[in-house]
Amino acid sequence: MTKEKHRNSGLGALSIKNVTKVYDPEGVNVLAVDDCSMEIAGGEVCMIVGPSGCGKTTLLNAIAGFHSVTEGSIHLDGDLLCGPSKPLADQGADRMVVFQHGALFPWKTLQENVAYGPMVQKVLAPREAMDKASTMLAEAGLGSFLTKYPGEVSSGMARRAEIVRALINDPKVLLLDEPYRAMDALTKQIMHESLLETYDRTGVTIFFITHDLEEAIFLGDKVHIVTTRPCQLKKTVEVKIPRPRSYETQSSEAFRKLLEEVSDAVHEEAVKAFQAGEREMA
Amino acid sequence: MTATKKSFFAKFTGQVTLKRGVSAILIFLVIWHVGALFDDWFGVDIIGIGLVPPPADVFAAFLEVIPKIGYWQSWVSSFSRVLTGFLVAMLIGIPFGLLLAVNRYFRGLFFPPFEILRPIPPLAWVPASLIFWPTNEMSIAFVTFLGAFFTIVINVLGGARSIDISYLRAAQSMGASQFDLFWKIVLPGTLPSIFTGAAVGMGITWEVVLAAEMISGGGTQGGGGLGFFIWNSYMGGSLEQIVVGMISIGIAGYLSSSAIRKLGYFMMPWRRLF
Ligand SMILES: Nc1ncnc2c1ncn2[C@@H]1O[C@H](COP(=O)(O)OP(=O)(O)OP(=O)(O)O)[C@@H](O)[C@H]1O
Ligand SMILES: [Mg+2]
Repeated sequence: MTKEKHRNSGLGALSIKNVTKVYDPEGVNVLAVDDCSMEIAGGEVCMIVGPSGCGKTTLLNAIAGFHSVTEGSIHLDGDLLCGPSKPLADQGADRMVVFQHGALFPWKTLQENVAYGPMVQKVLAPREAMDKASTMLAEAGLGSFLTKYPGEVSSGMARRAEIVRALINDPKVLLLDEPYRAMDALTKQIMHESLLETYDRTGVTIFFITHDLEEAIFLGDKVHIVTTRPCQLKKTVEVKIPRPRSYETQSSEAFRKLLEEVSDAVHEEAVKAFQAGEREMA
Repeated sequence: MTATKKSFFAKFTGQVTLKRGVSAILIFLVIWHVGALFDDWFGVDIIGIGLVPPPADVFAAFLEVIPKIGYWQSWVSSFSRVLTGFLVAMLIGIPFGLLLAVNRYFRGLFFPPFEILRPIPPLAWVPASLIFWPTNEMSIAFVTFLGAFFTIVINVLGGARSIDISYLRAAQSMGASQFDLFWKIVLPGTLPSIFTGAAVGMGITWEVVLAAEMISGGGTQGGGGLGFFIWNSYMGGSLEQIVVGMISIGIAGYLSSSAIRKLGYFMMPWRRLF
């Protein structure tokens, strides 16, 4: 395995145990996640696929500490993030989120955005933070866009900058919520290469939500297929294609077998989701 | 990069827009001229503009008042009333709106009375404030303040409440304190709405000042202002001067709102994207 060359291999193990999330327990109850368990090893790229609205973002928000869990617990490297005694995890720089709709601050330049974390945590002086931000952006191929505002760069660049903004905080886990949705195939390919390169360099644990099955297999060590709402782990497919991976692997026999396996499982859930939708409409 | 951008800007904003603006004003003047002189030429009045003095007469009246100190005093007193009311409204309105947005208890306490007072048009406050405030000047200032205040508060509140929650979450995950959140996220995130509120508020302030000047017949204390200038011209039967007063107000309003735009452009560099 290639894990040996990861810088912080072993760190960032997530253990999700019997997590249940009910929205609005007082009013209209929405059971978003139901008794969902998942083990994610440190330094693993873990891909989550499942039907729309099944509760993937809800699970991610619980890990990030954006909202509480109703039941169950989540541990990071053995430390309790949230559980029965403490339903809401603290937000922290050890788990950085890249948001579904992008959340670079529009009023800060790319460099200021990236420098923000170390600056507010006061781990670096403003000057040092800006210098480090510029170095890291340059590494991600954004060296000539330091002083651009997010509104001035393409969505692909904004996404890469947002990932850099997350990484500058040295997180144990990177939580990505469909970051490359609605990008064209070519941009996606560039994004994938850039992410894999980052991963090979940092070995950060990646929790990655996507609808794109090829993306899931191409990037992931494991693909977790979750059920239609309420979200539960339906099936885990291990991707044993060695790294570094290149785009040619996508045409390999092994890749296509895996794709078929994942497709079948997702398709089953999609049909269920569709039927559930029809029932609700009726 | 910057250089090409500048020239791009200069080319489109500087020349094309200027040409368009100037030709629009010229066309307007021609229509005005033709409309005003229509009855002299064809013996028929165009209702609405038939009695308006032609632009040349107004221009002559303008030249007549320009050297007069009273005319400029009107400018100064109207402008200082507008500025006072507007600045006080900003000074109180922005923190008030932000507090309403970020503090649930504050909102629970102050939002209901605010919402009851808000629909009352500023001019409806005139009689009451004439009675309650010791001087005419103070009642004008108060009514002017009210005109801008409600608009500014409602814009600030709306702007701050509609900040994408992802920004707050991202900042908090990165370790931002409440202080950082307020100064680095909520405030810049609200800035566009603050400027929208300021622009609209400034317009209302002018309306209110002029109306108040006409109602209170401002001549009593410290300069009548442009509103009184118009009223006085009306009393004196000088049609040309009425139009001079109106155009002066137009120019004053334009100067005020372009000052706000300039300030917004300066303070929100991320919004200069095109
Ligand atoms: N704050 C909330 N209050 C009530 N219901 C919610 C809330 N947030 C999400 N839901 C509901 O919970 C379910 C799961 O939502 P979630 O956003 O986690 O789905 P998702 O899998 O991320 O979907 P997508 O693929 O569309 O992003 C949905 O039915 C949604 O309507
Ligand atoms: Mg989602």
